[in-house]
Amino acid sequence: MDKYQSREGLVVPLDRANVDTDAIIPKQFLKAIGRSGFGPNLFDEWRYLDHGEPGMDNAKRPLNPDFVLNQPRYRGAQVLIARANFGCGSSREHAPWALQDYGFTTIIAPSFADIFFNNCFKNGLLAITLDASLVDQIIKDAQATPNYRLAVDLENQTITTPGRQELRFEIDPFRKHCLLNGLDEIGLTLEHAGEIRAFEAKHKATQPWLFA
Amino acid sequence: MSAKTLYDKLWESHLVRQDANGTALIYIDRHLVHEVTSPQAYEGLKLAGRKVWRVGSVVATADHNTPTRDWDKGLDGMRDQIAKLQVVTLDENIKAHGAKAYYPFLDRQQGIVHVIGPELGASLPGMTIVCGDSHTSTHGALGCLAFGIGTSEVEHVLATQCLVAKKTKSLLIRVEGETGPGVTAKDIVLAVIGRIGSAGGTGYSIEFGGSAIRALSMEGRMTVCNMSIEAGARAGMVAVDDKTIEYVRGRPFAPKGAQWDEAVAYWRTLKSDPDAKFDRVVEIDAGSIQPQVTWGTNPQMVAPVDGKVPDPAQERDPIQREWMERALKYMGLAPNTPIVEIAIDKVFIGSCTNSRIEDLRAAAAVVRGRKVARSVKLALVVPGSGPVKRQAEAEGLDKVFIEAGFEWREPGCSMCLGMNEDQISAGERCASTSNRNFEGRQGAGGRTHLVSPAMAAAAAVSGHFVDVRTLQ
Ligand code: SF4
Repeated sequence: MDKYQSREGLVVPLDRANVDTDAIIPKQFLKAIGRSGFGPNLFDEWRYLDHGEPGMDNAKRPLNPDFVLNQPRYRGAQVLIARANFGCGSSREHAPWALQDYGFTTIIAPSFADIFFNNCFKNGLLAITLDASLVDQIIKDAQATPNYRLAVDLENQTITTPGRQELRFEIDPFRKHCLLNGLDEIGLTLEHAGEIRAFEAKHKATQPWLFA
Repeated sequence: MSAKTLYDKLWESHLVRQDANGTALIYIDRHLVHEVTSPQAYEGLKLAGRKVWRVGSVVATADHNTPTRDWDKGLDGMRDQIAKLQVVTLDENIKAHGAKAYYPFLDRQQGIVHVIGPELGASLPGMTIVCGDSHTSTHGALGCLAFGIGTSEVEHVLATQCLVAKKTKSLLIRVEGETGPGVTAKDIVLAVIGRIGSAGGTGYSIEFGGSAIRALSMEGRMTVCNMSIEAGARAGMVAVDDKTIEYVRGRPFAPKGAQWDEAVAYWRTLKSDPDAKFDRVVEIDAGSIQPQVTWGTNPQMVAPVDGKVPDPAQERDPIQREWMERALKYMGLAPNTPIVEIAIDKVFIGSCTNSRIEDLRAAAAVVRGRKVARSVKLALVVPGSGPVKRQAEAEGLDKVFIEAGFEWREPGCSMCLGMNEDQISAGERCASTSNRNFEGRQGAGGRTHLVSPAMAAAAAVSGHFVDVRTLQ
């Protein structure tokens, strides 16, 4: 996993609640066996006017001009901000893969669905939970202000608005540590291999049928 | 010792280590693997030069992508080459890394991963069970801790047999009283989601209790636990009772002989202590639940069959109102339309929510002696597994469906997510026994209404939603 780089980024406001992972990356793209290349199909059904299938030349497809991601002013955005319960539904990790492949480094919402939230951190994508009223303010400001950018500082757990307002966010210390250092969680867990083996032996002694 | 919830007991009995900051390492007993969320995990394992920690914990099948017809043509019957590569990749990964059991595409025991786990006895009370699929919560019906994970976590469990996790809060949903006629497990869980919302369970593990849950069959409990994730919960579970134990007895992977007795003695402890404290309790009166039909693009957008499509104008919260308006536009529905006036184009009876034998029996009971309405373009029955299919055929249910005009297919996820060719087209409306009515879920532009198997059957023979109680 790559280290999370704290930096300033252009913000795109996705003014919707309960955005589900089926919308983030539709099922037909889950047939791939790799982890990359999902970016062009991020929000496929909202982003294009035609029906997308794997293998199509996405550059030639008709874009939906009404969809926020397609507005020229948001080109190159790195921060996505949306309403509550972002990432609900399917556990597909293709959702954070697609967001990241598109270029997003940070997702901000008042709340996230549990599995999606987990999946983000496994891939170095920072998901920030922010008070609904602050999210509402940022969404409105980002809609009203061209080139609206937020500076995200993971180390200090702050977001700074163009108006120099500094907003603090909370993050689990272990997750923060992994993101900042680009740590491989499997490697970390395997440092406890001895404990896992000891647990396993005890577990097998008390519930042998689990190991039949 | 203080009183414990079932969730506390399951959590504590799998705790490998606990760090001061609340992060824990949890041991995983059963790892269910399928073709869509595993290739990148096996690839990661290979790239890092790691091995599967405990091959005996892995049970695998191909279900999401696989076609539901032309099985006689073998793998060649799979026209989608990209999907086929995924199915073949699973074959190769299991061959290279091993598994306790593998039910590939075309196997007699193959089926939806959440149907075959309990059916085989591969899912047992007291276990921790994970799968790269959000509906893993289904298995919690057996009194175990079961939840969906992402692909990185699939790789993590393959490599370490553990997950890094934090304990969730606990939510007891107590459904008391007797359900009326025509009200099924599906209606109970849809009513629960309608009540607490699709994020109402976020941060919680749910225990379903109360007399109405105890009265459900094991399959009904699976339907309820299956949809815990649609309320945002990490897991759903039901305490072990006699029904649980009778269900598990004699299954292929269930313990035998002296081990069986030992296991049962332990399993009987798998219930919340009488004075256990939950972080939150929601009480629901079973008698007030009607057959349910969803009208929107999220499972919480649900109404009783004798109700109407709600009017967003009545909603005070602007975000909520905007969401409802968007949903109604997508669904092509006007506010205040009576649910029973909504006409349908397709019917899907299947998915890990409702494709077990009791579901097929309930649907067949409504269909028997009737015909699929002429306006319905396609009515599909997709059994959850090979054994379910054969059992249904032994009971003659296939004939009931076929005579009425349904198609009787081979097992798999099918139109639940439409990764294979079983889909609805843009603008088409489907009465579906699956679990998600998100935009495009069953096919781009398709409109999904979630219902019970009996209600789907009633809609099929009527051409529109209808209160199944008026047909019985
Ligand atoms: S039937 Fe549907 S919900 Fe269940 S595992 Fe398959 S795709 Fe997922």
